[in-house]
Amino acid sequence: MEGWVPHPSCFLRRVGNGHKRRERGGLPMSIVFYLLAALTLAGALAAVTLKNTVHCALALTVAFAGLAMLYLELDAQFAGFAQILVYIGAVAILIVFAILLTKGSETPKEGVYSKNSLAGLAIAASVFAVLGWAVLESARVLPGSGSAPPTAPAITVLQIGNALMGRYVLPLEIVALLLTAALIGAVIVAMQEKEGAK
Amino acid sequence: MLMQEMASVSFQPTARCGPPGICDYVWLVPALPIIAAGVIALLKQPRRKAAATLAIGSLSLSLLLSLLAFAQVMGDWARGIATREVVNFTWFHVGATNVELGWILDPLSAVMLVMVSFVGLLIFIYSIGYMERDENYTRFFCFMSLFAGAMLGVVIANSLLLLFICWELVGLTSYLLIGFWYRKPSAAAAAKKAFLTTRVGDVLFLLGMVWLFAQTGTLAFYKGGAGAIEPAALSGLLAQHAGLGLSAAGAIGLLIFAGAAGKSGQFPLHVWLPDAMEGPTPVSALIHAATMVAAGVYLIARVYPLMAAGPCACGSTTALIVVTWVGAFTAVFAALIAVAQNDIKRILAYSTVSQLGYMMAGLGMGGVAVGMFHLITHAFFKALLFLGAGSVIHGCHEEQDIRRMGGLRSKMPWTFGTYAIGMLALCGFPLLFSGFWSKDGILDAALHWTVAKTPFYMLVFGALLTAFYMTRQVAYVFFGARRGKEPAHESPRVMTAPLGILAFFAMALGLIGTPAWPWFRAFLDGRALSFDWRGFAEPGLLALMGTSTMVVFLGLGLGWWLYGDKSPAPEEPDALERLAPMPWGWLRDRLHVDELYGATVIAFYSWWGRIADWLDRRVWGGAVAGVAWAFRGWALFNRFLDVNWVDGSFDKGCEELASGGGMLSRVQNGRVQTYLRILAAAVVGLVAILIWSSRA
Amino acid sequence: MTPLTGYLLVAALLFSIGLAGALTRRNAILVLIGIELMLNAANLNLIAFWRYGPHPEALTGMMFALFSIAVAAAEAAVGLGLVIQIYRHAHTTDLDRMNRMRG
Repeated sequence: MEGWVPHPSCFLRRVGNGHKRRERGGLPMSIVFYLLAALTLAGALAAVTLKNTVHCALALTVAFAGLAMLYLELDAQFAGFAQILVYIGAVAILIVFAILLTKGSETPKEGVYSKNSLAGLAIAASVFAVLGWAVLESARVLPGSGSAPPTAPAITVLQIGNALMGRYVLPLEIVALLLTAALIGAVIVAMQEKEGAK
Repeated sequence: MLMQEMASVSFQPTARCGPPGICDYVWLVPALPIIAAGVIALLKQPRRKAAATLAIGSLSLSLLLSLLAFAQVMGDWARGIATREVVNFTWFHVGATNVELGWILDPLSAVMLVMVSFVGLLIFIYSIGYMERDENYTRFFCFMSLFAGAMLGVVIANSLLLLFICWELVGLTSYLLIGFWYRKPSAAAAAKKAFLTTRVGDVLFLLGMVWLFAQTGTLAFYKGGAGAIEPAALSGLLAQHAGLGLSAAGAIGLLIFAGAAGKSGQFPLHVWLPDAMEGPTPVSALIHAATMVAAGVYLIARVYPLMAAGPCACGSTTALIVVTWVGAFTAVFAALIAVAQNDIKRILAYSTVSQLGYMMAGLGMGGVAVGMFHLITHAFFKALLFLGAGSVIHGCHEEQDIRRMGGLRSKMPWTFGTYAIGMLALCGFPLLFSGFWSKDGILDAALHWTVAKTPFYMLVFGALLTAFYMTRQVAYVFFGARRGKEPAHESPRVMTAPLGILAFFAMALGLIGTPAWPWFRAFLDGRALSFDWRGFAEPGLLALMGTSTMVVFLGLGLGWWLYGDKSPAPEEPDALERLAPMPWGWLRDRLHVDELYGATVIAFYSWWGRIADWLDRRVWGGAVAGVAWAFRGWALFNRFLDVNWVDGSFDKGCEELASGGGMLSRVQNGRVQTYLRILAAAVVGLVAILIWSSRA
Repeated sequence: MTPLTGYLLVAALLFSIGLAGALTRRNAILVLIGIELMLNAANLNLIAFWRYGPHPEALTGMMFALFSIAVAAAEAAVGLGLVIQIYRHAHTTDLDRMNRMRG
């Protein structure tokens, strides 16, 4: 199906913003963005604040999903599906496995927050302040601040494949090596030591 | 400067003896016994024979030299020459003046030399027997020899300084010998008392000496016309006025008399003499009867020109008047006390004080010859009496209380005989005994004294008392029944032989002082002499002799009537006490002179001593302690500073470093999240800095 | 506010939330969760810049993000393996208790 690109608007026909969606470039932000952002951020917040660790992992999954949809909104369909496949399908499951293996579902008696957690909160707040301020300050020089936002590129999987095998073949191979090492490493690290020699 | 001058001791005599003769060797007379004393001091205690031999040998040699000197002087006198040979040598220079020492050989010193060495030798021989059982025999002879040398030094001294040096030596040996049995507390106290009392006199003597030196520029007696008591110096002294109507000569004379009064036991410095009887009897005989106490009299005789300078219209000088009155008063005062004493030696001690008063009175009223004659005769019979008393004590097994003696006439005949001779000589029994002639010489001078007649009556009364108390003593000791516990025995020959010799002289010496042949006076004055019965024909002389005879017999009779041949038990009161109990009590208590001293002088001194002690301990000691406390406080303050500030600051610095390090190391708390936080904060900070700097 | 700014702000906020979680939670796994969120925020940044950048057809941003996803997955695997091994030794995942490396 060459050239068929799923469009988010296909899934959101219920939202009566079609007219406006086509003129997405003229509108500053769309309601889809706000909803997705809210979803992602809510999930992320839940992931770091909930008491039950398993709930945290599930909230994380929600955050991943929100991010995937944001990628789709950004016309990065491959990235979005890769996000779903890798993060939701592997990393989140892995986290759940780890939580279950380490009895993380029990809440510790001293509370879920570490000592001096307010210092950490303050630091995170200051990081956000700095980043936010930088973004807002440089808003006028950022691309896309002009009169017309660039049109959405039409990316096909073929293009992505070509790029992977062509221009980005070295990083690909290195990532392959990395994944192999990580695989072997994770096995070794997590292996239970037997009595006597390994 | 002074040390250099003192170092230049030169023994070049500034005056020499006339014709070469014994005069050059007179200095040996005191030197030999002193050297013997030094050698004895190095001997060990068991070498008794060696000590006695050295002492007696050296004194014998001194006696020999003295006799030779006396013979020379006598020979000169016989040829009509008045001897006065002087040897002076300079000891050291003080500024422009010289301080000289030296010796003199003239009739006065020759006579004294012979007397002192002869009596001393006899007493030394006596001591061999008396001290035989004493374990400190060697020490005794060492001190006695030292004393003999010092006394002979006093006698031949031509310089007031040398005289004073030997004077002090005599006082020192007196102290050592009174306290010979030092373990006895009473003996030690008596020695101390003697030394301190004579010290009072010696201080005044020293004052007089210094004044004399300041005025005349020399301390030598005779120095070829420039001596301190020669006419040139005397006229200078007379011209000076010293206040109280006295000239310098009179004042110096009084000061020197004060020294003599201390040594010779005149009132009020007599209190040491009776207590000095704590020493051994030979000591009492030699020092406190014959010689040392006579040194005071000899001193006045030696400086007589000074005392007699510048007579007033009354016929005498102030100094001599004072000497006379003090002497007369002492004579009577001591005789009164002697009446009521019970210790055999104490009676003799008070008797000595009384007789010294006679000698002083004689000097004051009659001149050198009168006083010196009585001194010479007194030396012999008083020494005899003391040695006899020692023999009695020895024979009664150390008993000294006369109430516990008695009936010794038959047991100790030799002692009794010689003692009786001495007693009669002391009383002045007429004609046969020397005491009569010497005492009559004094009474004669008193009778003819132009200033007042009262001393004459006092001295006559004293003679009465003398006869009375001596009779009492002899009656108690030798007559009546034996009241002692153990039987008595006669003393050995070594003790009785000196008694005999002394008894002979006690009688024979009278011959040289009779008015018919006043050899002694002529010898001293350097005049010619011939035997002349008309000497007795002087107006009033025979009446005087009769009066004194009557007085003596009255005293003897009274004494015999009250005490003769009776034997009262020791507990019974004395016969005189029964007659007049209250005066007896006063006399027995020595007229409370010691108590008076105790209440005034001694009390004052102990109070002063307490104040000085308080001052020393509280005020000066407090000041010293205060300084010490100040230092201590300063030291503590410094320590405080050092510990708290210096150390403390250093320690604090180190502590801060350590805690800082500790605090810093808490950053590495091993928790991953802490590291993450720090990382994030650092990144934020760096980014902020970058943005800030790029914006600026 | 341009769309890019909005995405950037969202990414920044997501990053801060992830950082807050990594810095404040006691459980080690939650720290890894925070790290994942931070990585995701970075990915979002990359995609947003790719989309509104000058040359979207060069695929640079997308590639970067894909590789980032791959690496993040590998890192999550190894990290969780480590956490499990630590749990076997210390019997706890409480980061506050793991301070044996303190100095």
